[in-house]
Amino acid sequence: MTVASESSIALETRGLTKDFGGFRANSDVSIAVRRGSRHALIGPNGAGKTTFVNLLTGVLSATAGSVLLGGEDVTRASPQARVRKGMARTFQINQLFADLTPLETVALAVSERLGTGAQWWRRLGTRSEVVDEAAELLTRMRLGDVMTRRTAQLPYGKQRLLEMAAALACRPQVLLLDEPAAGVPEDERHEILDMVEALPAEVTVVLIEHDMELVFSFADRISVLVQGALFTEGTVDEIARDPRVRTVYLGEEVVHA
Amino acid sequence: MSDASTLNGAAAPSGTPSGTPASTAPRDFLIGKSRWKPAEFAFWAVAVGALFALPDRHLLLNEIAILGLFTLSLDLILGFAGIVSLGHAAFLGIGAYAAGLLTKHGVSEPLTGLLAAGALAGAVGFLSSFLILRGTDLTRLMVTLGVALIFHELANRLDWITGGADGLLGVAPGPIAGLFEFDIFGTTAYAYSLAVLFVLFLLARRIVHSPFGLSLRALKDNRLRAGSLGIASARRIVAVYTLAAVYAGIAGALLTQTTQFVSLEILDFARSADALLVLVIGGTGYLYGGLVGAVAFTLLKDGLSAITPAYWLFWMGLFLVVLVLVGRDRMVERVRGLLARAVGRRA
Ligand SMILES: Nc1ncnc2c1ncn2[C@@H]1O[C@H](COP(=O)(O)OP(=O)(O)OP(=O)(O)O)[C@@H](O)[C@H]1O
Ligand SMILES: [Mg+2]
Repeated sequence: MTVASESSIALETRGLTKDFGGFRANSDVSIAVRRGSRHALIGPNGAGKTTFVNLLTGVLSATAGSVLLGGEDVTRASPQARVRKGMARTFQINQLFADLTPLETVALAVSERLGTGAQWWRRLGTRSEVVDEAAELLTRMRLGDVMTRRTAQLPYGKQRLLEMAAALACRPQVLLLDEPAAGVPEDERHEILDMVEALPAEVTVVLIEHDMELVFSFADRISVLVQGALFTEGTVDEIARDPRVRTVYLGEEVVHA
Repeated sequence: MSDASTLNGAAAPSGTPSGTPASTAPRDFLIGKSRWKPAEFAFWAVAVGALFALPDRHLLLNEIAILGLFTLSLDLILGFAGIVSLGHAAFLGIGAYAAGLLTKHGVSEPLTGLLAAGALAGAVGFLSSFLILRGTDLTRLMVTLGVALIFHELANRLDWITGGADGLLGVAPGPIAGLFEFDIFGTTAYAYSLAVLFVLFLLARRIVHSPFGLSLRALKDNRLRAGSLGIASARRIVAVYTLAAVYAGIAGALLTQTTQFVSLEILDFARSADALLVLVIGGTGYLYGGLVGAVAFTLLKDGLSAITPAYWLFWMGLFLVVLVLVGRDRMVERVRGLLARAVGRRA
């Protein structure tokens, strides 16, 4: 939080590149995301959006280039170190603890954030600040009624909400949402998208989403990724009016919306 | 969604005054998981009761208690952190030799021996834990197996220290804490092993129900997500692997002290495999699997080798195959169902 005042750029990449063998999944991607901004990252399937998030979070290590979080170079930092520095994410494909309950999942993240996650002498649930915060967050995320059920038994839509709740429990300054409503039936999407809309204003959000209507209403800036490279970037109006974006993306969008 | 309504009521009571998180249900749910259950009291009561009820079986009971501790230690890494090992006997052996050598060289007080054995095994566990941080289950199986083979060969080669193939003879521990002499019936031995097992069990129980224990279950479940919540998996694994090695080392020391003997056999692959079999029988990840499994395994082995001395391994093998194919959970459910019906009929 101390770096907050030093820079208005929350997240920046410089020449970020990732090769899988001979295949270049991200190619020289440089973006800068302003603090508190709602930044959308769009592009056709296989454009390298998820790969980009994996590079940002340290799940994958970059072939070249760097990642700066609040001005600090975190390119070599482990995923958990980046979380502690204020970056959290959701996964396009659920990455949850199937055997744990939502309450345990979120309590775990809260304990970890408070630095009490390695305490072995304390009974779980005896720190009321952890339990209360977890329960409060889960209730706010409409998971209050299922928080003591096994995660694997939750309906898919609830699992998607838990993806977000787990990330929010880290109290990130930068939140990366990789298609938060992916795979959710049409009539349940709004439940998740409402949550995205309701994110605290001070949190910088990078959203990957295929639903253009949603992107245009949510984002203040949009980056378009095509074949691993940054195709163009601009305000919502600029992107919406750009005929090239239509050709590479919007035309195709209709197919898999 | 069928039971959502009941949980709804339990987890978030509606009708509480606005806003304030007045609900204590989440707290109770978390704390409730570490509350003692009646079956647990019963288990320990039976274990202590056996000390008085079965005076002529103390040697066997002692064997069970030690196997239980050794398997509990494997359960800590396998059942709670998801780390597979085929070489857990390495730590058992290190503890056993450490206790034996200490006793032979003048430090004959058993509790001191336990602590020293646990510390040495823990140190080796700590160092070898770095070898299992990366890689797949298969590489872990190979690495742990390899480490155990190395120690087996070391004990074999360093025969001027370990007695080599002949083993360490004449290990004569003094009275425990200067008070309790070992006897030939194994009474002191069983009481001693059971007491050590119980204390270490209590510690393990506290640990698995702590935030640390929760993080172990989390990284067993999904290490990618655990890292994405800020959990440094490597440190947790080093810690629990070291702890498990300490436990195994203490089990080894108990074995040396109560049998007054240690040989190369303690480092055999079969020892590591037995511990896994015990967990297959008893189940992993709920702490009692190793203990219940040790009882079943030892009684089965004892019973089978009494009935068919030549073929007991065959029957043991058959039992395990059936157990795995049918599924322990299903068998337990069936037995539970039968019991419930029997009880219900009487009522
Ligand atoms: N671990 C990997 N090894 C090899 N190739 C990979 C790997 N991960 C991704 N790729 C490839 O990199 C390309 C980009 O994949 P990525 O998942 O980043 O795309 P995306 O933009 O997120 O697509 P979608 O919209 O379908 O989620 C794809 O061609 C994919 O097959
Ligand atoms: Mg993707």
